[in-house]
Amino acid sequence: MLDIVWLLPALPLLGFGVLLLSGRRLGDPRAGWLATTMVAGSFAVAAVVCAGLFLRSPEHRVFTQTLFDWIPAGGLRVAVGFRVDPLSITMALFITGVSTLIHLYSVGYMHGDDNFSKFFLYLNLFVFSMLMLVLANNFVLTFLGWEGVGACSYFLISFWFERNSAAVAGKKAFVTNRVGDFGFLLGMFLIFAKLGSLDYGTVFSHVNALSSGTATAIGLLLFLGAVGKSAQLPLYIWLPDAMEGPTPVSALIHAATMVTAGVFLMARINPILFRGPDTLTVIAIVGAATAFYAATIACAQDDIKKVLAYSTISQLGYMFLAIGSGAYVAAIFHMITHAFFKALLFLGAGSVMHGMHDEQNMKKMGALRKFMPITAGTFIVAWLAIAGVPPFAGFWSKDEILINAWDKSPILWLVGFVTALLTAYYMSRQVFLVFFGKPRWEEADAKAPEEAEAKPEHEPAATEGAAADAPTTSDAPSSSGAHGAHGDFRPHESPWTMALPLVVLALLSAVGGALNLPINHSTEFLTRWLDPLFGNRLHEVTASTGLKWILFALTLGVVALGITLAYGVYLKHRVREDALEPSVLRHAWYFDGFVGALVDGPGRLAAVWSAYVFDRKIIDGAVNGVATLVRNTGTNVRRVQTGFVRNYALGVAAGAVVLFAFIVFRTA
Amino acid sequence: MDWVVFGVSAAVVLVGALGVVTSRNPVHAALSLVGTLFGIAILFVAQRADFLAVVQVIVYAGAIVVLFLFVIMLLGVDQAENLEVDPLVGQRPAAVGLGLAGLACLLLPIAFGKWEWLSGQPSVVGPAHTGTDPNVTRLARALFARYLLPFEATSVLLVIAVIGAVVLARRPLGSERLDETVREEP
Amino acid sequence: MPGAWYLTLASILFVVGAVGLLVRRNVLVMFMCVELMLNAVNLTFVTFARMLDDIGGQIVVFFVLVVAAAEVVVGLGIIVAIFRRRAGATADDISLLKG
Repeated sequence: MLDIVWLLPALPLLGFGVLLLSGRRLGDPRAGWLATTMVAGSFAVAAVVCAGLFLRSPEHRVFTQTLFDWIPAGGLRVAVGFRVDPLSITMALFITGVSTLIHLYSVGYMHGDDNFSKFFLYLNLFVFSMLMLVLANNFVLTFLGWEGVGACSYFLISFWFERNSAAVAGKKAFVTNRVGDFGFLLGMFLIFAKLGSLDYGTVFSHVNALSSGTATAIGLLLFLGAVGKSAQLPLYIWLPDAMEGPTPVSALIHAATMVTAGVFLMARINPILFRGPDTLTVIAIVGAATAFYAATIACAQDDIKKVLAYSTISQLGYMFLAIGSGAYVAAIFHMITHAFFKALLFLGAGSVMHGMHDEQNMKKMGALRKFMPITAGTFIVAWLAIAGVPPFAGFWSKDEILINAWDKSPILWLVGFVTALLTAYYMSRQVFLVFFGKPRWEEADAKAPEEAEAKPEHEPAATEGAAADAPTTSDAPSSSGAHGAHGDFRPHESPWTMALPLVVLALLSAVGGALNLPINHSTEFLTRWLDPLFGNRLHEVTASTGLKWILFALTLGVVALGITLAYGVYLKHRVREDALEPSVLRHAWYFDGFVGALVDGPGRLAAVWSAYVFDRKIIDGAVNGVATLVRNTGTNVRRVQTGFVRNYALGVAAGAVVLFAFIVFRTA
Repeated sequence: MDWVVFGVSAAVVLVGALGVVTSRNPVHAALSLVGTLFGIAILFVAQRADFLAVVQVIVYAGAIVVLFLFVIMLLGVDQAENLEVDPLVGQRPAAVGLGLAGLACLLLPIAFGKWEWLSGQPSVVGPAHTGTDPNVTRLARALFARYLLPFEATSVLLVIAVIGAVVLARRPLGSERLDETVREEP
Repeated sequence: MPGAWYLTLASILFVVGAVGLLVRRNVLVMFMCVELMLNAVNLTFVTFARMLDDIGGQIVVFFVLVVAAAEVVVGLGIIVAIFRRRAGATADDISLLKG
C-alpha cells in the first residue's frame, strides 16, 4: 500500500505535463478541472499511504522508496527517493487536501482570465514541487522542491506581469528567498563535508558524529533558509508584496503551504537541532520577535490582503516559537490549523474582492454580511479560529504553543501572549470593517480621489497596485467593464465552486482542534502519531496543571479584550481610528525603506566598485593579461617556424641525439 | 675470410654512402646508393640472411633506385647542386656537430662493451641459425604464422600507397592538357 | 666475426645518412639519405638476429622493406606533384608554412 507513494508527486506532474502540451486547447474551465482532478487524486493517494502507514506499528512507521539514482558523482550519491513517515505524510495530506480545495476555488475565481490554463499549470507544478519537498529522502531532493516552490511562487506572484508592481513583487520575493537559499546550500555543504552523505536516514543516524558547534552551525544555516522561505525577520519583506498575485495563490502558497516549508524543514532536521541546542534558542527568539512585530503592523493596514499577509508572518512566527521551544508537534499542529483558517481567510478575502469588483481597501467596505452570507459566515468562523476563541481550531494549537513557550522562558510566553491580544484585535478589526457597520463603498467612491492622494505610500513597489490604485487595476479578471458602473453596483455572492471550498475549510477550521485535544493522552492523536519521529527530542511540558489553567484563562481573557477593543473602536467609534493606526505601523516600521536604503546606498556602492574597479581592472586585467602573454609569446616563438624543412629536421635530429644520450648515460 | 668479406663490403657501403651525400649530381648520388645497397646485401649474406639479401637486391637496387632514376630523368632535375655554401646559416656545422654527437652516443656502448643491455633477450619467434631448416623456411614459418596479421596489414598499406601515388600524380581536372584532348574530339 | 663491427658500421652509415639529410637541398637526394638510414637500421636488425639467434630481427627487416617501398612510392609521387608546379625547386624553396 505504501509502494504507491511515487504517485503522489507524479499525478500533479502529469497534470503539469498535460497542461504544458495542450493547456490552451483544453481552455477554460476544462484545464482547471483537469488540474483539480490531479490534485484530488494525489489527495486520495496520500490518504491511502497514510492509512498504510497507520496500520504499521508505531516504531516501524518509516518507509523509504528509491526510484533511481539521480546524481552518482564519486562520494556523492543522491537518489530520487521518498521517505514516508508520519511527518511527511501528514504534510502531504494537508497540502494535497488544501490544494484540492483551492484548485476548485480557482476554477471559479480565475474564470475568464486570458491565461486560465497557465495558472493551473503553475499550480500543479507548485503542488508537485511541494510534495517533492516534503516527501524527499535527502536534502538535495528537498532542495529541488524548495527551489521549485520558490520558482512557482515567483511565477504566480508575477502572474499578472503586465502590472509593473506585480513583476517587481515577484522579483523581490525571488531575490529575498535567494538570501535564505544561500544558507540552505551552505548548510547542505557543511553536512556533506562532515558526514559524507545527504540522505536523511544516514545523516540522522550519524548525527552524534557531529560536534555540538558544527550541529549549531548547520542548524543556523538551514534556519536561514527557513527564515527566507517562511518570511521571518529580517527576510519577511517579500511576503506582503507577494499579495500582488491572484488571491488563490496567496491562500495556497503564501499562507497554507509554501511558507510553512521552513517550519517543516526545522521539524525534519530535529536531530541536528537537538545536537546543537543553541539553534533552538535562536529560532525561538526570532519566531517570537516576528510574531509580535508582524502583528503590530497588521493592526494598521487598510488593504484586506495585507492584513492577512502580516497575520501569516505573525502566525509563522508562532510556529517557529514552538519549534524553538522543542514543541515540534505543536508547530505542526498549528501549521495544519493555520493552513485551514488562513486559507479560508484568503479565499474569503478573494470572494469579497470578487463581489466588490476588486476593491481591496477595507475602509471602503462594510456591512457585507447582508450581501455575501456564505462568505461572511465562513470568514467569521476563520476569524474566531485565528483569534483563539474556543472551541475553534486556532485556540487549541496556539494554547499548546504558549504553554511550551512558558517552559522555554516566560519572556517568550509574554511576547506570544501580547501577540495573541494583537491577533484577536486586528482580526476583529478586519471583520468589523468588512462585514459589519455601515456600507461605505458608495461614499468612499465619491471621495476616492482625495483619499487616494492622502493615502500614505506604504511600500512603494506594492502600494501602487495593491492599495491606492486597486479600483483601476484588475485583481480578479471577472471585473471587466464593471468600473464604469461603479456607482450602482451591488456586492454579490460568489459561484458554488468558490463557495464550496469556503464551507469545507470553515468546517475544518471549526473542528480542526480535535486533531490534538489536550484532555488526556488518548485524545492527542497528532502527538501520538508524530511522537515516534521525535522521541526524546520532543519537549515534555513540565508546567503544573494549575499553571496551565492560569495561562489558559489569561489567554482567553486577552483574546476577549482584543475583540472588545476592536468592537469599541471600529463599530462603536469610541476612539478615533487614526490614533490607533500610527504612521509607523502603516509603514511597517519603515523596515522596507531601511532595507531599500541599505541596498541602494552601501549596496550600490559595493556593486559599482565590483563592476568598475574589481571586474574591469582585476578580473578583466587577469583575463586580458593572459591573452597578452600568450600573444607576445606567440609573436616571439613563431620565428622558430622558419618554413624550411631542413630546420625542422635539425630539430628532430637534436631531439634524437638527446634521447640517445639519455639512454646511454642513464644505464652507463 | 670473414674479415676480408666484411672489410670489402664495409668499404663499398661507406664509399657509396659518402657518394650519396657528396655528389653534386643526383644521378651520381643514385648510382652511389646502388653501391651501398649491394654492400649491405653482401653483409646480409655474410650473416646468413639469404632471403633478405635477395630481396634487398631486387626491391632496393632493382625497383627503388630505378624509380629514383626514372623520376630524375622524368622531371629533368639532374642539374648539379652547389655544395660550396649553404643558404641556411649554421645548418651545416649544426648538422655535422649533431652527427658527431649522435655517433659518439651510438658507439660509446659498443666501445665499452655494455652488451647486457645492448643485446637484450631472444624472443620466442624461433631460432635464426640453430637447426637444419633453410633461412627461407624459418622466415616463412614466422611470417605466415605469428606475423600473419601484420603481413596482411602490409597489403593494405601497399594498396593505399598505390592509390596515393595515383591521386598525387593524376592531372587535376580542368588542367590545360585535359582541355586540349576535349577540344580534339569533335 | 663479432657483431660489434657490424654495429659500428651501421652506426656510421646511419649518421652519414642523417647528416646528408640535413645538409642536402635536393629533395631527391634527401630521400636517398633516408634510404641510407633505413638500411643502417636494417643492418642492425640482421646483426642482432644473428647474435641472439632469433629470426624475429629478420622479420622486422622484411616489414621495413615493405614500408620503405610504400614510402618511396608516395614520396616520389609528392615530389612529382610539387615539380609539376615549380620546376627545379629545392627543399628550401618550399617554405610557405613559415610562421
